[in-house]
Formats: sequence, C-alpha cells, structure tokens
Amino acid sequence: MELLNAFILLSNFVLVPAIAYGSQLALGALGVTVIYGILRFSNFAHGDTMAFGAMVTILFTWWFQSMGISIHPLPTALLALPFGILFCIGFVLATDRVIYRFYRRQKAAPVIFLIASMGVMFVTNGIVRFIIGPNDQQFADGERFIIKARTFKKMTGLAEGLSFKVSQGITVVTAILVVIALFWFLNRTRTGKSMRAYSDNEDLALLSGINPDKVVMVAWIIAATLATIAGTLYGLDKSFKPFTYLQLLLPIFAAAIVGGLGSPIGAIAGGFVIAFSEIMVTYAYKKFIAYLVPESWEPDTLVQLLSTDYKFAVSFMILLLVLLFRPTGIFAGKSV
Amino acid sequence: MIVTLLGLACFALLVVSLAPRLVGLSPLPDRIRNVSLFAIMALLITIVGLIQSWNVALALLNLCLISSIMALGVNIQWGYAGLLNVGIMGFAALGGVAAVLISADPVADAWAAGALGIFVSFILAVVTVMATVYAYRNMAPSMARNLALFAIIVIGLIAIRYFYGPAKDAIEDVNPASEGYLGGLGLPIILAWPVGGVLAGLAAWVIGKTALGLRSDYLAIATLGIAEIIVAIIKHEDWLTRGVKNVSGLPRPVPYEIDLQQSQWFVDIATRLGQDPALSSSVFVKLCYAVLFTVVLLAVLWLSERALNSPWGRMMRAIRDNEVSANAMGKDVVARHLQVFVLGSIVVGIAGAMLTTLDGQLTPGAYQPLRYTFLIWVMVILGGSGNNWGAVLGGFVVWFFWIQAEPIGSWLMQTLTAGMAEDNALRVHLLNSTAHMRLMTMGIILLLVLRFSPRGLIPEK
Repeated sequence: MELLNAFILLSNFVLVPAIAYGSQLALGALGVTVIYGILRFSNFAHGDTMAFGAMVTILFTWWFQSMGISIHPLPTALLALPFGILFCIGFVLATDRVIYRFYRRQKAAPVIFLIASMGVMFVTNGIVRFIIGPNDQQFADGERFIIKARTFKKMTGLAEGLSFKVSQGITVVTAILVVIALFWFLNRTRTGKSMRAYSDNEDLALLSGINPDKVVMVAWIIAATLATIAGTLYGLDKSFKPFTYLQLLLPIFAAAIVGGLGSPIGAIAGGFVIAFSEIMVTYAYKKFIAYLVPESWEPDTLVQLLSTDYKFAVSFMILLLVLLFRPTGIFAGKSV
Repeated sequence: MIVTLLGLACFALLVVSLAPRLVGLSPLPDRIRNVSLFAIMALLITIVGLIQSWNVALALLNLCLISSIMALGVNIQWGYAGLLNVGIMGFAALGGVAAVLISADPVADAWAAGALGIFVSFILAVVTVMATVYAYRNMAPSMARNLALFAIIVIGLIAIRYFYGPAKDAIEDVNPASEGYLGGLGLPIILAWPVGGVLAGLAAWVIGKTALGLRSDYLAIATLGIAEIIVAIIKHEDWLTRGVKNVSGLPRPVPYEIDLQQSQWFVDIATRLGQDPALSSSVFVKLCYAVLFTVVLLAVLWLSERALNSPWGRMMRAIRDNEVSANAMGKDVVARHLQVFVLGSIVVGIAGAMLTTLDGQLTPGAYQPLRYTFLIWVMVILGGSGNNWGAVLGGFVVWFFWIQAEPIGSWLMQTLTAGMAEDNALRVHLLNSTAHMRLMTMGIILLLVLRFSPRGLIPEK
C-alpha cells in the first residue's frame, strides 16, 4: 500500500506533468528541427512564432466564447486552433517571402539567417505585445479535470490522489496525433520524401529535380503548424504570457540539440529528456521517501536536488553535457 | 518641436549614410561621412539638452557611452571573429554582481552566521566537479563508470546542500529588511569595473571551452542559456545579491549632489554662472560620470583599434573569412576563437559593472534579454560589424532612439488617432501599447540594415 501511494504521488507530481510538458517541448523542438533540417539555421524566432500562433488562437477563442460557441467539455481553444494555425502559416510565409528568401538567393551563411531570425523575433514579439499586451491571458474553459485528486482517492481508497487535467490529456493526445501525421507525411508522401532528401543532401536533391521553393514553403508550413499547436497547448496547460515563450526558447533548443538537430525522432526524445530531467531534478522527494522508508528514517529536508527557480539551468546543463560528449545528439543529427 | 527636430536628424543620418548607396550615387568619402555621422549624433544630444534639459541630455549621453562600450565588446566577438554571442545580458549582469561584491559594505553578522558554510559548500562543489572529471578520464567507458559518475554527482549535490542550506538561511535571516546578504568588500566601486570584466571573462571561458569548435549556432544557444542562468542566480541567491530585493545605495566614484550643494566653492561657481545650485549639482555629477565613462571608452577603443590593426587582428579576420584556409596555414582556430570570445566578454563585463555603478543599485529584475542582448546586437549591426568606430556610433544612435522612441511613438499615435473619438477603444489600445512599438522598431531597423546595408553605417575597411 505504501509503495502504491509512493508511486501515485510520483505520478501526480512528476510523471503526468512531465509527459505533458515533454509533449509541448517535443512539438516545439520538432518545429525548430524541421527548419534546421531544410533551411539550415537555428530559428530564434520560433518561441515568438509559438506566441503569435497561440495569440491568434486566443483571439478566436474569445470571439467564439462571446458568440456562445463551445464544445463542452473540451476547451473552445481547440475549435479556434485551426484558425490560429492558418494565420500563423500566413505570417510565417510572409516573413519568409520578405526576409529569408533574399538571403537564400544570396546563399548567405547560416549565421546571417540566425541574426535575421533575431530581427523577426523582435518584430513578432512587438506585434504580439502590441495586439494582446504583455500580461497573462486566461482562455481555458470547459471541464478542468479528467480525474480529480479527490475522486481518485475515493475510488481507490489510497491516501494519495492522482489528478489528470483536461489540458494535459489534450496535450498528450494532440501531440501523438500530430507526430503520427508528421511521420506519415515525411515517410509516405512524395513531398515528405523530397523534404527528407533535401535535408540529407541539398545538391543531390536539386539535381533530381526537387523544387527547393516548394520544400522550403512546406517546411515553414509545418513549423508554423507545430508552433501554433505547441504554443496553444502550453498556454492551455499553464497560461499565456508573451514573455514565457521567449524563455521557452532555451529548453526547446536544448531538446532539439539533445535529440540531434535535424532529426525529428530526436526532437521528440529530446523534448521528453529535457522535461523529465527538469521536473525530476526540481521535485522535492521528502514525501515520496517517507512512504518508502520506516518512519524513523524520514528525512527532515525537502530532498530537492535543485530549487525550481533553476529549472532552466537543468536544460542548460544537459545541453552542455551533450555538446561536450556527443555534439551530434542522441540520434546523430547534423553537427559541425 | 522636438519630434520635428528628431525627424530631421534621422533624415540627415539616412542621407549621409545610406541614401547615396540606395539611389546609386557614389557614397561620400569615408572620413567626411564618419565625421559628419558623429557630428549629427553630437548635435542630437545637444538638441535634447537645449529643448528638454541638460540633465536629460547628460543622462542619455552616459548610457550612450556605456552602450558603446558593450557594443565594442560584442564587435570584438562578432566583427573580428564572427562569433555569435546571444548572452550579452549575462555578462553584463556579472559586471553588476562585481559592483556589489566589491563596493557594498560587508555585513559582519551575516559573515559570522554563514560565510563558513557557504565557503565549505563552494569547496565541495569544486571537489565534486574535479572528482567527476577525474572519474570520467580515468575509468574505462562502461556501465560502472556511468554509475560512479552518477553517484559522485548525487552525493556531491547532497553534501553541498547539507552545508549550503543552513548557511544560506542563516545569512538571509540577518536583518532581512535591509541586509540579509553577505555584502561586499567595501572597496571603491571603480575597482569593480576590472573585476566585472574578470568574472565575465571566466564565464566566457567556460562557455567557449564547451561550445567553440562546434557549429556556430551552438555558441549562440549556449550563450543564450548561460545568460538566463546567471540572471536566475542573481535573482534567487538572496545571500549573494539580495535577489529581487535589490542592493541599493552602492557607493559612487563621484561626489554626491547633496555634498556639492553644501560646499561653498560649488555654490559660488554656480551663482557666478547664474545657475541654480541644486540643478547644476546634478548636472555636475552626471558630467563627472561622463568623463569617467569617456576615459574607459577611449581606452577600450584605442586598445581595440590597436588589436584590429595588428598581425593578431589580421589573423582574426583571416580566420573569420575562411576558417579552413586559416587552419591550413597553421592557425589554431578554436584557441583564437576562445581568446577573442573571452576578450569581448571582458569588455561587456566592464560595461555591465559601469552600468550598475551609474544606477547606484543592482536590480536583478531589470535584466531583460531584449534590452540587454538584442538591443546591443542592433547597435553592432547598425553601426557596422567589424568596425570599432561603427560599434561606438551604433551604441550612440540606437540608445538615443531607444530612449526617444517613446515620445516619438506617442506623438505618432496621437497624430494618427487624432480623428477618432476620445474614448474609442481602438484609440485607447493604440495609445497604451506605444511602448511595445519600440521593440518592433528595433527589429525592423535590424532587418532593414541587414538587408539593405549589411555593412552598417561605418563599414569595415
């Protein structure tokens, strides 16, 4: 019984949140990795693209809410998500047309793309703050919990409760669906195959008649879609604040690099590695240990390896370790 | 009035620097163009002095000077060597920490309460890192090694926390309303400037060691990370920097206004010049700062120019322009990159310490990446990557417009929305969000310069 309680406790505070957070990071890192694979630069604007997509989704959500449209018990944001994705695709394609295409024609160094993406980040950040403001925005509605901690306790008679939020459930389900769709697209369709070919060897792909403009466009469409979904899910699960998306950039990059830049599978694995380490290292194990050991051994400290203030430090440490020992990442993406 | 003048000045800047190239005329001779660019900048600050007040103009000038030094540091990294540092904020923050550690008064009770524990945990941290490295180097790659490494790190962390936790609490309990931290050494704050440079240089060395020699993007991402972490540390380690409670009242390297107002010689001079003593005292203080900062700026500029035009500078540019061939010529690319990365970060650290000195307080909450990292980037790119004078000019221009964009923006919004009703929701929203226009403007400037004039206002020779 004690063992079971300990396990439930850990699930409630580590397992479930880490899976949800990991899915969000994985979606974000997939977007970064797709752009990296095709356009060969680290897109610093990705965090703010997420914020932009989420912002449009929120605006549509509010509009739907004001008209009384809802899909109770699910949050209205899901209904607004396609519109957010469309607008975000439009926005991202516009930035590509106005900014990145020029450098592509010039065959500029990746570093120039990177700086241009910093400029895009500035502008996107400004637009988001301009339209929706810098503050926290609430847009979650519908049912809040799939299982409440109290119901779970009553059901099982255990001392510990396991709560499972709707936003977490939606995050995981959506992430799985998106990833399946993405892999189906990359492995089964003609366009997807040509994208992988382009990513592997640009010159060879061009020689065999692959249209680079189309590949790049599809890459942006995928990135924008993933960014909007990731941004909205993160906003639903935590809350929407433009600044947090800027801060998400670090764990997202860490996830993409840990998995191997340019490798979609790696991005997913990296997302979960980062999320699990971040939450496991900053969780206070006092109560967990108390269940497992005799009463007299109970620790009097929190048994927390690192305070939650430093959760970004965790992704950074993992990033440094990967750069030191395996710069190509777990799944050997591109490096150097 | 001010808006019209500023608009004219912007126009002049554009005409002198970019317009000839855009319309296809031959550009002005370098020297004339450079001198007139700096002259326009001086004129702009004078205009602010005449129209707004000399206090405002000097405050602006001081921050322009500091921005220029930071831009010089980044130019050393990016302009000389093509290294992308996206963590300028962190290095500047380390300079700020140095200002506190050097100049704040030591808190004797806190030292008695917890300094030993902090020291022990610091030693333990060093021992843990050394043990980890030792085990990694001297054990064959195996499961046993992984387990050993894991065990060392976990035991090390637990041991560190065992000493660190109580010491931290003890220190933070000492008079928490005004102290609650170890304090500094109580030395003159000027000393903090080089120390800030050293701290920033050490951090840069660690980052450079890991991320240099890999893809250029990795350095960018690693610096982004270290900056976030440094700021997180100074925000949350209250025993060190008081965290978000701020350390205020740092000593100054220049006289205090109140002392000036009470000293007879100063009042005499002020009255002889027909000025109000209170007002002129604060102008005088700002002038003192301006002199100090100008000295540092000139020193850094002189050193940078000497370095750039030396064989070392030529080698750096050779490496930047073609790493492969420079490597083939026997240049150690990674080592030179590390060197230049550390040097640039030192300059940024010095500037960070100067900034905290000017503010007289360390406010960890104020370190925002958009303000401290990306704005500096706009300065370097706009000024002219690879040219020290360009970086200085970029620092001046960008900081000036960063500050003046607010009045310009609100004037613009007022004019644009003048036709709407006073309580029109759109108008209210637009007026309230002019502050965010600054970010957008800076982004647009960065993109425009990168596209149409990638070599900047004062291009590299």
